[in-house]
Amino acid sequence: MNESVSRRRFLSRGVTGLSAAWASSHWPALLAAASHAHQAANSATPPKFGFFTTDEAKEIDAITSRIIPTDDTPGAHEAGVVYFIDRGLTTFSVDDQKTYREGLPALQSRVAEMFHGKSKFSELTTEQQDEVLHSFDEQSAQGRQRWFRTSAGAQNLFETLRQHTIAGFLIDPDYGGNRDAAGWKVIGREREHMFQPPFGYYDRDYPGWEVAAKAEMKEAQKK
Amino acid sequence: MTPNQPKDQPKYKTSDEVDFVIIGSGAAGGVLAKELSTNGFRVVVLEQGPYLTEADFTHNEIEILAQDKLTNHPKLQPTTVRKTPDEKAKPQRALVYGRCVGGTSVHFTANFWRFHEIDFIERSKIGAVPGSTLVDWPITYSDLEPYYTKVEWEIGVSGLAGASPFDPPRSKPYPMPPLPVKSSGVLFERAARKLGWHPFPAPMAILSQARPGRSACVQCGYCLGFGCEVGAKSSSLAAAIRVAEKTGRCEIRPNSYVHKIELDANGRATGAVYFDEKRNTHLQKAKAVVVCANGAETPRLLLLSTSKQFPDGLANSSGLVGKNLMFNSGGTVTGVYERPLNDYKGYCVSRVLHDFYELDHEKVGFYGGGGLDARYDFTAISFAFGGVPPETPRGGKDFKAALAHNFTRTMKIFCHGTSLPVENNSFSLDPDLKDAWGLPALRLTYKDHPDDLKLSSWLFERAHAIHEAAGAVKKWNFPPQEQQFGVHLLGTCRMGKDAKTSVTNADHRTHDVKNLFLCDGSSLVTSGRGQPTMTIMALAFRAADRITELAKRGEISA
Repeated sequence: MNESVSRRRFLSRGVTGLSAAWASSHWPALLAAASHAHQAANSATPPKFGFFTTDEAKEIDAITSRIIPTDDTPGAHEAGVVYFIDRGLTTFSVDDQKTYREGLPALQSRVAEMFHGKSKFSELTTEQQDEVLHSFDEQSAQGRQRWFRTSAGAQNLFETLRQHTIAGFLIDPDYGGNRDAAGWKVIGREREHMFQPPFGYYDRDYPGWEVAAKAEMKEAQKK
Repeated sequence: MTPNQPKDQPKYKTSDEVDFVIIGSGAAGGVLAKELSTNGFRVVVLEQGPYLTEADFTHNEIEILAQDKLTNHPKLQPTTVRKTPDEKAKPQRALVYGRCVGGTSVHFTANFWRFHEIDFIERSKIGAVPGSTLVDWPITYSDLEPYYTKVEWEIGVSGLAGASPFDPPRSKPYPMPPLPVKSSGVLFERAARKLGWHPFPAPMAILSQARPGRSACVQCGYCLGFGCEVGAKSSSLAAAIRVAEKTGRCEIRPNSYVHKIELDANGRATGAVYFDEKRNTHLQKAKAVVVCANGAETPRLLLLSTSKQFPDGLANSSGLVGKNLMFNSGGTVTGVYERPLNDYKGYCVSRVLHDFYELDHEKVGFYGGGGLDARYDFTAISFAFGGVPPETPRGGKDFKAALAHNFTRTMKIFCHGTSLPVENNSFSLDPDLKDAWGLPALRLTYKDHPDDLKLSSWLFERAHAIHEAAGAVKKWNFPPQEQQFGVHLLGTCRMGKDAKTSVTNADHRTHDVKNLFLCDGSSLVTSGRGQPTMTIMALAFRAADRITELAKRGEISA
């Protein structure tokens, strides 16, 4: 029942639940969209980085791994978040290039200030890494953020990275992040493209509106 | 013409004086296009956004939520915000609306209950409210009832007639049964009944049964913010525009940004001036102009359309164009439960409660009323930003653990309520900031009436009671705050009998210009209790009837 079905497979598998008229009139366009999504998903893990140097990528990977760490379940590293960010910085998130270009050296200076003889975030122990990130806590305690809605200069690297990490971990895998749906597995989100009731625990034994209304009214009157 | 448009759609020359030019293709514009073209008129719809269809709609959150594929662009269309007229407004995002064929009805949640009788006559019933410009509508619920029924049957609304004892009278049942209940709906329903209240299946503008060319809902879980891939959501795109196109008399012209309504020496509108995609300017001539550009862009267009006759903006002799803005008050109380609800599956809202629609203002100490609904309108990403308990760390293993535990176990109770009309609350033209086309940007001035905030707090307490009775393991809310951002854009060109206190009459005709009509959220006189789109569509059906009758009597073009 819980077989993982992506958009592509959903589209190529059949049209259960869709009206035939709709499907036939949209089929070519749907296939085109699916093929596009497929390419996007594949290009999420390029052999080379498009924006970061290998060293920078290592640093970014280390930071994202503190935001969503790997424990007994996959974290940002396994979900390939650094590739998602790298692709984003040359496509949908070009405006954030400056934040990374200027922010990473600043973060590395912070590393050097805090830990004598170190210059790279990825060289620190995870405890030390957390200490560095917490040193930004005050600046980033600015309430709820809208992801990717960066205002120039207002956000430090951590804020931007936090937004990008969450997006890269939890986005629909067809759109270039969340490799192997690792993030969705962690949070318990199934990868079906459509669902049928019962959806969850509490609607499993729902007897229908009429029956529920009568039974519960009676119950209420007893009390 | 874009690739998405039917090939046989008529293409009118701009010099060809069509019967109606409609500005905006959303909830109101789409319905008016369908009705007026069906009634035999030649219609051009100018839509500022692109023509997208089901095949363009995806679950791609980058495109949709970060790149504003379906909505207004904050960079191209910046806005400013302030609380009171004596402040200088600061650049800040003030609103979201749909910017594509179908407008906001493409990406909305699709809650679709009717307004109740009280919404139309509240001023006479409760008297003057201090600090508010509350007035009665020039029409009543019974005037609009046949059109609500039309929306339900022609556009497609699922629901269960008679399920709410607070529902206003109706002439027909819903055309199709409610959508299947969700876990949030079951928890909400049982708990509310325990408390002696009357939950009911949510009326939704989402098909529970297929219609020609449209699929029934496949429960993909991407309603709020997204376009429906299967045509199940009853947007004006899926349910009205295509009917208009089939008449062979209606042209939908996307990527057409109207910035002026042209007048002749006799004070009659002659057409709409717009930028095409390449920013070339055109004038589409028409016998009459119908503006359906939403509660922000409609007043902006009038204020931009100054002339010798109308130095303060077109049809603005009352001075009320842009004023009396209402956003609807509200907020959410979030709860976490022991077992997975998996509410990310499927549409957003399955149960609603209207026991508090009409409150005794003397008893509760404030004016207003509202409703509660059980909902889940998160994607995985938006849940990570706004769904975890407030004390959750912003990164690290406890953050991850909170996501892992709560994503499937969370539901929200949304409290939606009145906003009192306040004259200072408005959309106007910013004196300094310009949009990417060099036109004055929208400026929002908004400070909630104190009663709106009291109402929210009062409703929050009831929402907490429901979570409590439903057995929530944890629940919380953020305190009600003054709003600086709107999606329900209401009241800014309100209709009325008196030309001094309203912008249009009950026929949606402006008091000042005989062949200029306004119909959208701006027409609303009161805010209802949230969820205005059903009423906007019903008004559009009614406006189309009124306009058709006037045209047939020769009272528009004469």
